[in-house]
Amino acid sequence: MEEHEVYEKIQHKTNHRNKIQKAVTYIFLTLWALIVLFPFYWMILTSVKSYGAYNAEHTPAFFTLSPTIQNYIDAFTTVPLVGYLLNTAIFAVATTVIMVIVSTLAAYAFARLNFRGKNLVFTLFLSLMMIPSELVVITNFVTVTNLDLRNTFVGLVLPSVTSVFYIYLLKENFEQVPDELYRAAKVDGTSDLKYLWKVMIPICRPTIITITILKIIECWNSYVWPRLITDDPAYYLVSNGIQEIRENGFGRENIPAMMAAVVVISVPLIVLFLIFRKKIMAGVSQGGTKG
Amino acid sequence: MNRNHKKAWLYLLPALLFLIFFMVYPLIDVFIYSAEEGFNFASQSYFGVGLYNFSYVLHDPYFLQAVQNTIILVIITVPVSTGLALLISLGLSSIKPLRDLYQTIYFLPYVTNTLAVGLVFMILFQPTEYTDGLVNMVIEFFGGSAVDFIDGPYWAKMFVLCFYTVWIVLPFKILVLTSALASVNPDYYKAARVDGTPKWRVFTKITLPMISPMIFYLVITGFIGAFKAYSDAVALFGTDLNAAGMNTIVGYVYDMLYGDSGGYPSYASAAAIILFAIVLTVTCINLLVSSRKISR
Repeated sequence: MEEHEVYEKIQHKTNHRNKIQKAVTYIFLTLWALIVLFPFYWMILTSVKSYGAYNAEHTPAFFTLSPTIQNYIDAFTTVPLVGYLLNTAIFAVATTVIMVIVSTLAAYAFARLNFRGKNLVFTLFLSLMMIPSELVVITNFVTVTNLDLRNTFVGLVLPSVTSVFYIYLLKENFEQVPDELYRAAKVDGTSDLKYLWKVMIPICRPTIITITILKIIECWNSYVWPRLITDDPAYYLVSNGIQEIRENGFGRENIPAMMAAVVVISVPLIVLFLIFRKKIMAGVSQGGTKG
Repeated sequence: MNRNHKKAWLYLLPALLFLIFFMVYPLIDVFIYSAEEGFNFASQSYFGVGLYNFSYVLHDPYFLQAVQNTIILVIITVPVSTGLALLISLGLSSIKPLRDLYQTIYFLPYVTNTLAVGLVFMILFQPTEYTDGLVNMVIEFFGGSAVDFIDGPYWAKMFVLCFYTVWIVLPFKILVLTSALASVNPDYYKAARVDGTPKWRVFTKITLPMISPMIFYLVITGFIGAFKAYSDAVALFGTDLNAAGMNTIVGYVYDMLYGDSGGYPSYASAAAIILFAIVLTVTCINLLVSSRKISR
């Protein structure tokens, strides 16, 4: 009987300890969640404070009772925000479409077709993954300048197309499609291009969607190449646009309007993320590289 | 058969053209640039071949400042972010309710524009008309004294930069580590429970060895990424990083190439090659250490 009581006591104690541990875990996780979310909250909050109210604050206010959309009107009328958004959309779509076509064709050649030197070429492709963009950006800048392609979409898009990693990812995926399908198609006299279009791409659609989204995110956030290649504000992308707004945007230090622009720039990607959450996270854990 | 060969090359052709023109050729060219002394961008001429560009860069105080900044940034952010990501992933894998919500929140910084959200960090740390800024308010609340984080002393600026970098890189690390933790065979934990192994021992003897390849992967990619830091610094301190004393090596490369101090692709190439050499050395050391640790 006594033994049983001792057992209960120990059980009780560990339960108690587990509960404390759970609580500590939750507090810690919530704390970090708050640190992550707070900048977003602060940016939205500041974007609806009026210019006068923001600058008259003697202590930063954590909420506002008189939200205004004036800053959003300012962001769209005083600076060419629509132009920046449009440029970025064109840049992202063009780059992504070309990238997907080029990568699909190359991946198909590696996965399904046979040619001499395939392994050697593929190894060379893979070794290109290790080359940091900082090394090649210098010559690309000179090339594009000499070709007189600065401040054009061609100059912006073409050097941004190449991504060896996505070719690799697609090739791995294509190889999982059973050989029997290919042979059957060949017997039926289907051409390679038709087989790729009608069979391979539909089967591998999840991977193609993943790389499309990842590339769009990359394009939306790209800063270095667009900054080097564009000095005409008519061709600025959002990253350069926001830098321009910061340095001489609203004619004065208008932080609420700046925050409105930041919200407008951030929302499209966050919406995209919330829609494709599972895909994006799976894709990034497969081979994202940021940081 | 020959026809098939041709077809295969045809499929490869677009990718090959892009890669050769925008990666292979530039890679060779950057070494040529770095050796051309006194290269003039306007006339495309130079008057000698040698190592002068490297010596110029290595004696440029701006470059040395950039190297110092980058190394401090690497030494602080890589261990901090990896450790924090490990703690958070362990916490995440020990809970059930709300786990999806937390994971979604933690991933948000990954899908934000670095330049745009950097502005938010700037205003959090920056004084306004009548206040010292939000962060300073918190510091003062706890009895500290206000610091100017954006235009103030070096370490205050470095703190903001490190903080922002950690904030930006954590989503990727948390994601990788949570999936690594989820892939540990649960039988090991069950066996440990049957044996009554204390939690700390379970962590050091089962969890850590099982996920150590992923930790090393994160450390290696973390080193590479941190050495290439640039846009986070621009987001916080503006494009003139030399004036702010917050330039990074990559920032130095781009400043040499373009902008008010630009037009020197030779110096830019030399600096980029030095950066690459540093990253390569550090990565090799990392790989050596990790292969030793893992095989043991």
